[in-house]
Amino acid sequence: MIDLSVNIGSLRLKNPVLAASGTFGYGMEFTPFMDLNELGGFVVKGLYFSPREGNPPPRLVETASGLINAIGLQGIGVKRFCKEILPQLRAYQTALIVNVCGENEEEYASVVEYLNSHEGIAAYELNISCPNVEKGGMCPALKPDLTYSVVKLVRSVSSRPLITKLSPNVSDIVEIALSAQEAGSDAVSLVNTFLAMAVDVDTKQPKLTNVFGGLSGPAIKPIALRMVFQVASQINIPVIGIGGIMSGEDALEYLICGAKAVEVGTSNFIDPESCLTIVQELERYCQTHGISRIEDIIGTLDVKQ
Amino acid sequence: MKKDSRAQITRKESWREYFLLSLESPAIAQNAQPGQFLMVRASVDTHPLLRRPFSIFSAEGKSVEIFFQKVGLGTRLLSEKQEGDTIDIIGPLGRGFTVKKEIRGKHSALIGGGRGIAPLYFLSQKLKAHGGTARVFYGGKSVEDLPVRERFEKSGTTLSCTTEDGSFGTRGQITEAFEAELNNGFTVSRIYACGPELMLKKIAEIAAALNVPAELSLESVMGCGFGACWGCVKRIRKGQEPGWHKICEEGPVLKAEDIIWELGNND
Ligand SMILES: Cc1cc2nc3c(=O)[nH]c(=O)nc-3n(C[C@H](O)[C@H](O)[C@H](O)COP(=O)(O)OP(=O)(O)OC[C@H]3O[C@@H](n4cnc5c(N)ncnc54)[C@H](O)[C@@H]3O)c2cc1C
Ligand SMILES: Cc1cc2nc3c(=O)[nH]c(=O)nc-3n(C[C@H](O)[C@H](O)[C@H](O)COP(=O)(O)O)c2cc1C
Ligand code: FES
Repeated sequence: MIDLSVNIGSLRLKNPVLAASGTFGYGMEFTPFMDLNELGGFVVKGLYFSPREGNPPPRLVETASGLINAIGLQGIGVKRFCKEILPQLRAYQTALIVNVCGENEEEYASVVEYLNSHEGIAAYELNISCPNVEKGGMCPALKPDLTYSVVKLVRSVSSRPLITKLSPNVSDIVEIALSAQEAGSDAVSLVNTFLAMAVDVDTKQPKLTNVFGGLSGPAIKPIALRMVFQVASQINIPVIGIGGIMSGEDALEYLICGAKAVEVGTSNFIDPESCLTIVQELERYCQTHGISRIEDIIGTLDVKQ
Repeated sequence: MKKDSRAQITRKESWREYFLLSLESPAIAQNAQPGQFLMVRASVDTHPLLRRPFSIFSAEGKSVEIFFQKVGLGTRLLSEKQEGDTIDIIGPLGRGFTVKKEIRGKHSALIGGGRGIAPLYFLSQKLKAHGGTARVFYGGKSVEDLPVRERFEKSGTTLSCTTEDGSFGTRGQITEAFEAELNNGFTVSRIYACGPELMLKKIAEIAAALNVPAELSLESVMGCGFGACWGCVKRIRKGQEPGWHKICEEGPVLKAEDIIWELGNND
């Protein structure tokens, strides 16, 4: 029997595979395809305090091995989530993580305070890539001081483990990760999507109404992996690796580079059973390599000097 | 809704840029309703990455059929599949056309522009099974855009064809042909349509003027097809509230009066 469990600080996961925010709906969308209990956990769609309209379509454009999205964080808001969705999700014995959004620092804090009083949530993932309306649309993830400040505030109100989700759209992601660590984050997850665009050459118009969107999928994996390796080498808190994971092998690359767990995003759209297939592939890898605990693989990258 | 990663192609028909594939997939076939769709994986590679949505052309016994036009990479790869190959499909998805008992003895108009004919064959069969009569308006640029007309003819459905270049049937736009028939005394108690958005908008106007209920099948770029990505939204009314709603869940078939036709909706 192989032990696939991992610990993200005080959060224990039965296996290292989580479904990523925004790609797994509110969880229930996947029940026709799988038993959610077999997941390490899942992160629900980003929640602001109030419902959000999101951007006008088209919101998606496919590029080579990638997907650019400009959903605009459409969502039902934290109250409807607790009333309508959370009671259904409590039936599952798997880690439910809520992706927390805010237009300003106070909104992040109020979302967390509201959720604190509701049972059945394992942790919060702080989506610091939300544009801050008071700071001209600048998102906290882009600046070490803004990251520090929002993480510090949310940490002070949160009764649950806090994972800070980092944006790759920065020149030094390690610096941001260190700020999150210093502010008390229990873990970091990376990466969110890469700012991107695509153009229709016939109309000379951007393919997304929003002009810009976030690139995800296999196209981003090598860059995301590099960032995860850099961050994992420099910080002491656990790292969750995200970006272009479609297979057990992709997940293993992240674990070997130091990620304690991974999140699977775009792959869920293409194959809704993807997360479970990845868990099975990890298990098979351990079997064929004579590894009894998945934790023994983490951070084993062998760099020949 | 089920994933069938090994649906076998048991029959393939092709015309210049149109293709019809019969797929053996009992679990999906049994539950399919007219107007619902499948998400089809055109390649196991990462390019193209996403599945592609296709209406269910027919569902009978163990088989479902899809009918599609080759417009880009995904449909090209699908068009190259051969009988005996297997493909990965998810379905049946979305909300289809409503066919209620009251349809018995009533006339319906089914209007399909180009590849928009795809969901209407299945619907015409179901309407007949419920004792209704269906007249199908099938239009395209030219005769080559009307490849599946024989399927309707063989099943004994009344068919009116229109081509923009006059190469077959009445010359002109499909909506003009439909209006002309209405002016000639053709009466309908229900309208169902699928096709380009401008055509659908025109049909919504005609239906409103006639005060006849209409159901329209919309298209949108879909990331997943089952409600997880929020990519497929259109401006629609749900209850009283207009908002960006997911076409893969609330649709693809919607009541004409629930669709808000505005900029950003016409992609
Ligand atoms: C619910 C639904 C049912 C559909 N049913 C059918 C059907 O029965 N038969 C059929 O031939 N087509 C159908 N379509 C359209 C079909 O999904 C697209 O033509 C197909 O995805 C194009 O894929 P591609 O890789 O060949 O082209 P791409 O290279 O992806 O695109 C080629 C062109 O098609 C446009 N396009 C891409 N995706 C879509 C989309 N989802 N809807 C509309 N335009 C798109 C692009 O903007 C581009 O201009 C349906 C779409 C939806 C949403
Ligand atoms: C359609 C879509 C919606 C997303 N929504 C969110 C979100 O609400 N919050 C968030 O933190 N990340 C969101 N993401 C980012 C993903 O969680 C993930 O970080 C990113 O897609 C990279 O992983 P992938 O390549 O496996 O998809 C979204 C991604 C996509 C494709
Ligand atoms: S296609 Fe993903 S939500 Fe509709």
